[in-house]
Amino acid sequence: MKFAFYPGCVSRGGCPELYPSAVAVAQKVGLDLQELTGASCTGAGVLQESNLFLGDCLNARTFAMAERLGLPILTICSTCQGVMAQARYRLQDEGYRQKVNAVLADEGLVYKGTVEVKHLLWVLVEDIGLEKIRSMVVRPLTGLRVAPFYGCYIVRPSKVLGYDEHAERLQALERLIEALGGEPVDFPGKTRCCGFPILTINERNSVAMVAKHTWDAKERGADAMVTPCPLCHLNLDGYQVKAMGYLKDRIDLPILHLPQLVGLALGIDPKTLRLGRHLIAVAPVLDKLGKVAVKA
Amino acid sequence: MRITIKVRRFNPEAPKPQPYWQDYTLEVTKTSTVLDALIRIREEVDESLALRCSCRSAICGSCAMRINGHASLACKTKVSAVVDAHNTLTVEPMGNLPVIKDLVVDMTPHWHKVRAVEPWLQPVGPEPQGEYLAPNEAMLHLAGVMNCIMCGACVSDCTVLEVDSNFLGPAALAKAYRFVADPRDGMTKERLAKYNAYGGIWDCTRCYECVQVCPKGVAPMDRIMAMRERAIGMGLKDTYGARHTLAFEELVEHSGRLDELRLPLKTFGYTNIPKLVGLLPIALRALPKQKAPSPFHKPIPEVKSFQTTFRKARQAAETERQAPTSQAHHG
Ligand code: SF4
Ligand code: SF4
Ligand code: FES
Repeated sequence: MKFAFYPGCVSRGGCPELYPSAVAVAQKVGLDLQELTGASCTGAGVLQESNLFLGDCLNARTFAMAERLGLPILTICSTCQGVMAQARYRLQDEGYRQKVNAVLADEGLVYKGTVEVKHLLWVLVEDIGLEKIRSMVVRPLTGLRVAPFYGCYIVRPSKVLGYDEHAERLQALERLIEALGGEPVDFPGKTRCCGFPILTINERNSVAMVAKHTWDAKERGADAMVTPCPLCHLNLDGYQVKAMGYLKDRIDLPILHLPQLVGLALGIDPKTLRLGRHLIAVAPVLDKLGKVAVKA
Repeated sequence: MRITIKVRRFNPEAPKPQPYWQDYTLEVTKTSTVLDALIRIREEVDESLALRCSCRSAICGSCAMRINGHASLACKTKVSAVVDAHNTLTVEPMGNLPVIKDLVVDMTPHWHKVRAVEPWLQPVGPEPQGEYLAPNEAMLHLAGVMNCIMCGACVSDCTVLEVDSNFLGPAALAKAYRFVADPRDGMTKERLAKYNAYGGIWDCTRCYECVQVCPKGVAPMDRIMAMRERAIGMGLKDTYGARHTLAFEELVEHSGRLDELRLPLKTFGYTNIPKLVGLLPIALRALPKQKAPSPFHKPIPEVKSFQTTFRKARQAAETERQAPTSQAHHG
């Protein structure tokens, strides 16, 4: 299965552990990735706040590159997934697409409106299939209680993200955790906001969201939380210490990137998965699975 | 069809008022709405169940409640569309508003916020002889926001209101946009300056909950984003929110990729010592783990031709911005 690979900025920036673990998992499950090296940032919904049209042009440029390769796009970031899906949705309007294509013409690019954008989570569940994944598990996550944190951009707006045709996406993380041998932990905040988008604007509210979600998951017995979004990871892992300060209580909930959790079960070396790089130590998860502690 | 409705109840007159769940099992037809079912319970099973409704046809906005955890209009939701494999569904009062009794919430805090955005036309200059005229196109664009029935579903599910009751919230801000984008209003900049403050347009997390649950396609978040864009366009750039998005734009223009190290520095300003000191603890925790962006930020290949496209797009956006209907929405 071949995809045009769009890793996004954060998987090589603030979460440098994500890119290598995603590539390792893709290799393991037999995905052939052709990286879109010339593609730019999606704008992350931030650039769109000051200039929506500019954001749509940047994404149409990426879509045109993938179209030229004749490949669907694979992302490993929910925010990229959501922002690209929204741009793709607006660009279904032919008149609007023409305006955008006029901008792209100088680079010899044109977007015809046919691209497909899929997060690794959906590719694992829909294209590879849970049966196949189950058969590949060598270190089942037996006894590990994992709270799925979807965040916003891979869930809403559901119409734009294709949930009408793929109702199973609502449970994708839970089903995947089960296929890996783990136990999903339900908690109220799983499709709520992690708070990251307002971190620089209203830190108090942002960290209050981290506190709420990690606390709720922990209280329901989670050993770890998994997220398909590196921005959620930045907040839930990076600001959990501050959240503990707010609550005046310990949480210490390890936050795993999606491919790290999958990689663990598929037998990928924890070092390749960069499990030692988190602010909240992942060691208790490995201990629970009967593994020795690892270093970065 | 035999169904079970799990209702989250609350009786303020109980000796020790506590919310509790109560199950009702009843027979409904295929076309029954959740409201039909609740009314039958009240009329035939348990007259103590409190709920609010009027039009029963998604017009008055009084029957919003949480169905299976998400806010929607009970009269617009078919039972058959929301029951699970065991023919069960849950019904709760709306979130983020005080519960008066059972499914009835107190909308007062919300009405205060609607009032706070000054939801009335404020023209400047001498009154016209006849009517205030507005271009058809502008009014068609506004029709999308005027569809709001003030049901409060978006308020119920807003992620920011969950942690901060000071936030104006999606419905009041969508109402604010209705006047910001009205060509007859003369106070656009003053309004935007006001909505720029704490609790206003920059406090929204862009979580899309309000877009998802709104039964009328108002897309409050898209309106909030349109106000951010407009505020910046009018030169109101002195907020961390505006500085953040402008810094983001500049950094992407420079290298095609986001430079995460420079983004907070640029947003807060290199001389904003208190804010920068605030970043230190997290930086000190992250660095030893190598959980940080590289200080040697690499641009994308052929960044020059990317920049040409980028600047051309920004130029085109300037022209695009003039048309009031240019904001594409999710509908
Ligand atoms: S998008 Fe903004 S206004 Fe809408 S629900 Fe989320 S935080 Fe609230
Ligand atoms: S914006 Fe939509 S959800 Fe919010 S009050 Fe208006 S109609 Fe209801
Ligand atoms: S009863 Fe009027 S909107 Fe439902």
